[in-house]
Amino acid sequence: MALSGLDIYKLLPKTNCRQCGLATCLAFAMQLAKKTLPIEKCPFVSLEAKTTLEAQAMPAIKLITLGSNESKFDIGNETVMFRHEEKFRNPTGVGFIIDDNHSDTEIKERLKKINQLKFERVGQELRVNLVAIKQNKDAQRFLEATKLLLDNTTLPIMLMSSDPAALKQAAVISQERKPLLYSAQQKNFAQIAAIAKEFQLPLVVTAQDIDQLSQLTKELNALGVKELILDTGIKPIADKIWDLTQIRRQALKKSNRALGYPSLAIVQKSDPYEEAMEAGAYIAKYAGIVLIKGWYSWEVLSILTLRQNIYTDPQKPLQIDPKLYPIGQVSRDSPVLVTTNFSLTYYTVLTEVEAGKIPAYILSVDTQGMSVLTAWAAEKFNAEAITKSLNSLGVKEVIGHKNLIIPGYVAMISGDLEDQSGFKIIVGPKEAAGIPSFLKNLQ
Amino acid sequence: METQLVLEKWQGVISTVIIGAKKEEGGSRSDTVKIGGQITMPLLFKEGATPNKPRIAFEISDIAPFDFDEELIATYGKAVNDPFAWADICVNEYKAGLLCLKMQGTHPDFGNKSPESAAKFISALLSKVKVPLIIIGSGDDAKDNLIMPACSEAARGERCLIGCAVQDNYKTLVASVLADGHSIIAESPIDINIAKQLNILISDMGLSLERIVINPTIGALGYGLEYAYSIMERARLAALSGDKTLASPFICFVAQEAWKTKEAKASSQQGIIWETLTATSLIQSGADLLVMRHPKAGQNVSNYIEALFKG
Repeated sequence: MALSGLDIYKLLPKTNCRQCGLATCLAFAMQLAKKTLPIEKCPFVSLEAKTTLEAQAMPAIKLITLGSNESKFDIGNETVMFRHEEKFRNPTGVGFIIDDNHSDTEIKERLKKINQLKFERVGQELRVNLVAIKQNKDAQRFLEATKLLLDNTTLPIMLMSSDPAALKQAAVISQERKPLLYSAQQKNFAQIAAIAKEFQLPLVVTAQDIDQLSQLTKELNALGVKELILDTGIKPIADKIWDLTQIRRQALKKSNRALGYPSLAIVQKSDPYEEAMEAGAYIAKYAGIVLIKGWYSWEVLSILTLRQNIYTDPQKPLQIDPKLYPIGQVSRDSPVLVTTNFSLTYYTVLTEVEAGKIPAYILSVDTQGMSVLTAWAAEKFNAEAITKSLNSLGVKEVIGHKNLIIPGYVAMISGDLEDQSGFKIIVGPKEAAGIPSFLKNLQ
Repeated sequence: METQLVLEKWQGVISTVIIGAKKEEGGSRSDTVKIGGQITMPLLFKEGATPNKPRIAFEISDIAPFDFDEELIATYGKAVNDPFAWADICVNEYKAGLLCLKMQGTHPDFGNKSPESAAKFISALLSKVKVPLIIIGSGDDAKDNLIMPACSEAARGERCLIGCAVQDNYKTLVASVLADGHSIIAESPIDINIAKQLNILISDMGLSLERIVINPTIGALGYGLEYAYSIMERARLAALSGDKTLASPFICFVAQEAWKTKEAKASSQQGIIWETLTATSLIQSGADLLVMRHPKAGQNVSNYIEALFKG
């Protein structure tokens, strides 16, 4: 919870000595609250005040980087319970668990498939993030399987074993890749912590409830292990959602440092549909890492798309390049529909134009990612802006007519637009769903 | 040391809306469907009561649908040409607890069915199918204003859920729903202020807030899902904080959006998972009624709901 200027003032010497450059301690406190001046500007500040302010500057949920090469990714540092309050910052890492009791060929085959899971959507590349190897046999097999991982994927890796000796062996050979260790539990945390500390690796902490979990993170902190990720073990989905929500609330609403870490959820279901639904719930509800087993591309695409949606910044909508897009087998006579460059608007119009099966052009005007009515209100989708796009985006060179279809919601600009652009303006439907029948009737 | 749980204490409660009326209630349905009534954010069972599960309504149409993907047509086969056979499959084979009927054939472009024949169709369907009914117009405002009063009257006393009322076309529908004892769907374009405003306008006409279900207008997975997701969360938070004018359950037209996407059309499994995950993500943000098409997606979501509510 952020301290107010007044809270900070109470911690200052209140002598108004002006050495910080400001007239009063209160004025200095206000600047500290805004984080525009560092506490060091005050030569007389107490150690207590300094510690409190430093703690306040630390994120409520620790930022943790996983992996070491170009595939590394961040989790944590989240600041809100609901995305509309600001945004969710670091997208859930989606990872795969591979059991070490599969044959070498099988493991290689899976890794090959996992490596290929990359998708392009709305101008963004969607990727998977992590591969975990899970011990099911002896330490020797776990070591061999870890080698297979190191040699066959560049994705960050995670080592899953309850045997400290096996985990250590695997950590030794993979330390350069900064593997995530799984996991420290009540029964073995001192031994596992020693491995994490020796190789400077992030560590998952597992306990069935948040009481035990906070106890463990405190113990681990005392042992010098601070890169932690929280896991509440195997339980029904609704209980898991409750735990993830409670951990997030503890960190954000109570500044509970013992639970101020990202969390991890292992999906229990194995049917691809069930797996996707369960993973989806954890992505929506705060998991920093979600681990699944299935690697069907249709399943993974749906999971990554959900993550893309949930982690889109509500204040910065996705945009596309403003230009003239040909849809289908267009000719010089094909109709031209104008819309904004807000991805959702554009793709909605696109889907309907395609559904109508009548070739057409979509002219996407640069509205800085605003939708039709918002952009119109902000004067980014008015007669001037559209005329400018008609001239600058080469429309006249490509089409042989002078008709332009505008969204029904901006019918009011038709007169102005006709005057300024010299095009004949046709008012289209208000909703994109009306486009197919509109285009049909136009012919 | 025991960690003190952070619990939200809300003063608001979401309205309970009942769809369908049994014989003793003046209708002829075999069962009723109750939605809403929760006093906490979705799926946080340890924080407060969620007395009613989200429910799935299977979507059917009075004419052969033109916006059904090949996968869906293949699944239902010839039944899509016969709404009665189609309804029968949904209820008996796929165990639909309620049906969502779209009166597509009344649209000027798609058959332009008269109010009389629409009413006749509703009566026939009600006599053949016994589950509660959601009835949706064709989306042509002028024509809906002729058709929907006739449909509403034909279903008088059956406590249907009828839609969709929109900000600039709600009066005719509200009057019919009020007269014939139904509930209404209030549709707003991913806009919490319009949702609130429309609920106020409707209740000002005398239809109580307990008879309104909000259609927040959703986008499919990958196509703006997050907008509806956050609008629903915001509306739900406002409702639980005590804003009665937003305390309505949500209906989400999942399938029509999901099956429009390129991804859904790519393969049978991808279509099913697209519809499935769109639905479950909206459950996470507060959906109470999900209008769905593919039986496998319906079954996935229904199993998921059962699992969530079991523990």
